[in-house]
Amino acid sequence: MVDGGRRLDLSAEQARGTYKPVDTSTLIDVLAAAGLRGRGGAGFPAHIKWRTVSEAEQCVVVANGEEGEPASFKDRWLLTHRPHAVIDGLLLAAQVLKARRLILYVSDDDAHRCLERALQDLRASGIAPRAQDIELFKVAPTYVAGEESAACRAINGGPALPLAKPPRVFESGVDGLPTLVSNVETLAHAAWIARNGASAYRLYGADASPGTTLITLGGDCTRPGVYEVAYGVRLSDVCHRLAGGMAGGPVKAILAGGWFGGVLPASAIDLPLTFEALRDLQSGFGCGAFTVLTETSDALAVVADIAAWYARETAGQCGVCMKGTQAISGAIADARAGRASETTLVNLRRWGATLHGRGTCSFLDGAAALARSTVENLLEPPVEAR
Amino acid sequence: MKVTFDGTKCTGYGLCAELCPSVFKLDEFGFPEILNGGEVPDGDEDKAKAAIIQCPERAIGEAK
Repeated sequence: MVDGGRRLDLSAEQARGTYKPVDTSTLIDVLAAAGLRGRGGAGFPAHIKWRTVSEAEQCVVVANGEEGEPASFKDRWLLTHRPHAVIDGLLLAAQVLKARRLILYVSDDDAHRCLERALQDLRASGIAPRAQDIELFKVAPTYVAGEESAACRAINGGPALPLAKPPRVFESGVDGLPTLVSNVETLAHAAWIARNGASAYRLYGADASPGTTLITLGGDCTRPGVYEVAYGVRLSDVCHRLAGGMAGGPVKAILAGGWFGGVLPASAIDLPLTFEALRDLQSGFGCGAFTVLTETSDALAVVADIAAWYARETAGQCGVCMKGTQAISGAIADARAGRASETTLVNLRRWGATLHGRGTCSFLDGAAALARSTVENLLEPPVEAR
Repeated sequence: MKVTFDGTKCTGYGLCAELCPSVFKLDEFGFPEILNGGEVPDGDEDKAKAAIIQCPERAIGEAK
């Protein structure tokens, strides 16, 4: 997908087979055989989402490129370098699901510009008649604007804020119709699988996390950036073989999954990057954003800044989210200032457990994970690690 | 019987926890935690219905 980091125009994409007609009658089964999992954060099996929406008489497909996770840049990279790979996936999804509307949903200016240009070129070429129907929807960037119900609400003319569930968007989304909201990278992989087959996709990656994925590597490595890796690779290998090694000495902590995966101990640098390995650590692969902090970074200061960001960025819809993020931010700020009492740690541990699953969207879950993992991995490290 | 809860409407009046404590428990911030995934224990249906009717923000409903 990364292909040397080049921006591919329409002719370069066509040379790779993009937009080439393909039999889509069994595509959902092929996606199931490939084991394609969503790249927006939850890692939900793509074929289940597609199949559920395919049972509706009328539906809508939304390619979600609103990358609200602050540590992640991979969707913006994809939309600015391989916009046609995403549009190809959107067109295939629309064909399989017989979608009434096809919508590209983004917030980033560069991504919007690149998609506009790509759509112009595609429409002028005449190779994909349904390209005329694709709508490009721009939303103001916020963390929650990328949540699927927020996306549908914004497209329907409302604020880009999450709605209470049920109904889920696959039941009632854009125009009240069942809606497939799929991350843009997931769609690009779906298009690749449609042309190359499930077996070829499974040549890379791990059993339950097959294929390759884009990750955003940040923090104290020499060359932070977006990389394409096979699931199962170790983060230490990505840092040393692709990102030029660590710039600041031994690893102290890792922020995983974007920020919602919380803080991981230094030992996680040698874990395989799979949904399962990160879930076993009570973290998450999320959108594949990893920030590696070395001894030269003040990890607690970084975490305190992130906690303050949660308190600031809450959509303000749910009382428990407003109060919970404020409380977590205040407690971690106390810890950073050296004022953490035993009560502070008890509170953070409790909020880490009791605030999970309490919000209308998963925003509060991220703050709760940060609270729990900050205590476990920064404030109360195991005795042998002190 | 099962209840639904819309956290975007709730402003923390807390009536639900008084009326039907087997389903709604207020946390330290004054907002209800929904117990047992919203499943109403047998015999508490009237209490749950009271919570639905009396919620000032109409944040609680009965699941279909």
